[in-house]
Amino acid sequence: MSGHEFRSHFPESGEVDMTDTTTSIDEATMAELRELAGRYPQARSALLPMLHLVQSVDGRISPAGIEACADVLGISTAQVSGVATFYTMYRRRPGGKHHVGVCTTALCAVMGGDTLLEKVSAKLGIEPDETTADGTFSLERIECNAACDFAPVMMVNWEFMDNMTPAKAERLIDDLAAGKEVASTRGATITSWREAERVLAGFPDGRADEGPSAGEASLLGKSIADANGWAAPKPEDAK
Amino acid sequence: MTDTLTPVLSAQWGAEKSWTLDAYTATGGYEALGTALKLTPAEVTDMVKDSGLRGRGGAGFPTGMKWSFVPKDNPNPTYLVVNADESEPGTCKDMPLMLASPHTLLEGMIIASYAINCHTAFVYIRGEVLHVIRRMQQAVKDAYAAGHLGTNIKGSGYDLDIIVHAGAGAYICGEETALLDSLEGRRGQPRLRPPFPAVAGLYASPTVINNVESIASVPSIVRNGSSWFGSMGTEKSKGMTIYSLSGHVNRPGQFEAPLGITLRQLLDLSGGVRAGHQLKFWTPGGSSTPILTGDHLDVPLDYEGMAGVGSMLGTKALQVFDETTSVVRTTLRWIEFYKHESCGKCTPCREGNWWLVQLLKKFEAGQALDGDVDKLLDICDDIGGKSFCALADGAVACVTSAVRHFRTEFEAGYKTPAWELFPYGASALFPVSEKAGAHA
Repeated sequence: MSGHEFRSHFPESGEVDMTDTTTSIDEATMAELRELAGRYPQARSALLPMLHLVQSVDGRISPAGIEACADVLGISTAQVSGVATFYTMYRRRPGGKHHVGVCTTALCAVMGGDTLLEKVSAKLGIEPDETTADGTFSLERIECNAACDFAPVMMVNWEFMDNMTPAKAERLIDDLAAGKEVASTRGATITSWREAERVLAGFPDGRADEGPSAGEASLLGKSIADANGWAAPKPEDAK
Repeated sequence: MTDTLTPVLSAQWGAEKSWTLDAYTATGGYEALGTALKLTPAEVTDMVKDSGLRGRGGAGFPTGMKWSFVPKDNPNPTYLVVNADESEPGTCKDMPLMLASPHTLLEGMIIASYAINCHTAFVYIRGEVLHVIRRMQQAVKDAYAAGHLGTNIKGSGYDLDIIVHAGAGAYICGEETALLDSLEGRRGQPRLRPPFPAVAGLYASPTVINNVESIASVPSIVRNGSSWFGSMGTEKSKGMTIYSLSGHVNRPGQFEAPLGITLRQLLDLSGGVRAGHQLKFWTPGGSSTPILTGDHLDVPLDYEGMAGVGSMLGTKALQVFDETTSVVRTTLRWIEFYKHESCGKCTPCREGNWWLVQLLKKFEAGQALDGDVDKLLDICDDIGGKSFCALADGAVACVTSAVRHFRTEFEAGYKTPAWELFPYGASALFPVSEKAGAHA
């Protein structure tokens, strides 16, 4: 040994925790994994959705989940692990019931996202990529989530929490911790990270009709156009 | 003379339950599909070609021409893949579109699929937008039930299946060939071209990949005609498009206007830069498009206008920063994004962005060495144009453009921390600690 510790440029890129072999994957899960594989012209295309399903069942990418995907698709566990460790949404360690993201990409950061992250981190008593001891919350410093007209932005279980302030963030955490009903600003009632993962896998939860059609910022141009009587040309005028 | 704002795609976003099939059909939704199915696929393609529609996802390639590149004699099936991986910093137009009006995209997908003789189409949505995915899943289900999807659509004999596919967190999958690898169940890493996706894309079969907004524009073209579409916009940048205004403005939001509107006009409409402040710099189309300044307020926001001032129209994500903002801090944060999102395939991008972060942290902390600005540009020179895909070029563009416009601010980083020159609290919307998030 040289005495030098190997340090990756990418410290977040750890391996799947193979020491924890617990799993809740049962025959019903296997049937759903096979169903996902059957939805695509080529089965391997289902791997990303299948890994979302594994997370919804096991709360993380488990060794058993990797084997299950490999079995269903007829590929090696190394090939599955290679995919599971590439994408940031796949967890290698159990997360919280609620997964909280705070955007700190440039625009959100400048407008207050850095402070939001500090406050949320202090309130939860955890750093980004950690989970609270009671398993209620995990925290992530997220990259741009395509809601910049609502900056600064937070996400809970990948639902939009727009136009955040420290006070709103504090109330959000308190309400979630107390088990109160919390609605996304442009989404549904907050369920749990695992339930969200099941939807991402391709098993809808029937909540599409919840929430508004759009946020105020999304409608701004349209409302200004209406106020001025502006519209696209009529087809007959363009001929 | 067209009106200043021309809502077409966004016209119904505020309607009651706008995302439902009923709401969509109540305002003429799926009529364009009926029209298209009575034309030949070639006629539909020609219509889109004639309209002048160019890609709305960043590159601006003519959409109809892309469709026509699909070989007619290839024995493999043809696929349509809609790129809904919207992740470019600042970009936030496709998500509200799919949230409020998923059927506009679906109708466009069905028409486009018909035009390119495709029977299985995909919409690849970034995974971190749960409710958007819910709305698309529901829309597809309802479209099947209504006979807009499935076999023998509207009695035409044409069959189409659409699959809603959620990604799993990777900006790089917005790059079209990385998206294809990801959709094949692999790590999302770009492919070397040629072959181009039109010839060998998904499953090595002919594939058309279009941005959400490009495809969502198609029903309006079929419904109202190519000349209607071309009556908006400029000579080479035709039609309406969605501009996303964010940052230090009084009222951020989405504005659908003819191509060629200016930032000054958009700022006037939205109440301008926040009270008591002035514009310092802005991006025309996401962080990968070179930043511009107050000197460029009157340049038309179209493909040619932006290229003419050394930038790109990109995704039309107008991120506005006022005079309180440190350009060094902002650039560092963008480069941290690119470092995080580099797929790691190409060494110049993987290592180069890592080095840029190290160096930019020193600039932010006022600890850069004399001449480090040139080192910064030198590293950029080692990254740009030397990787498979445009992620590397985008990263470099934000550094080189920042240095071009604000070199002295970088040079100040030889001595003075960015948070002393530009106290961070002044940029935020609520009280923050003065060094919040700084890498000291």
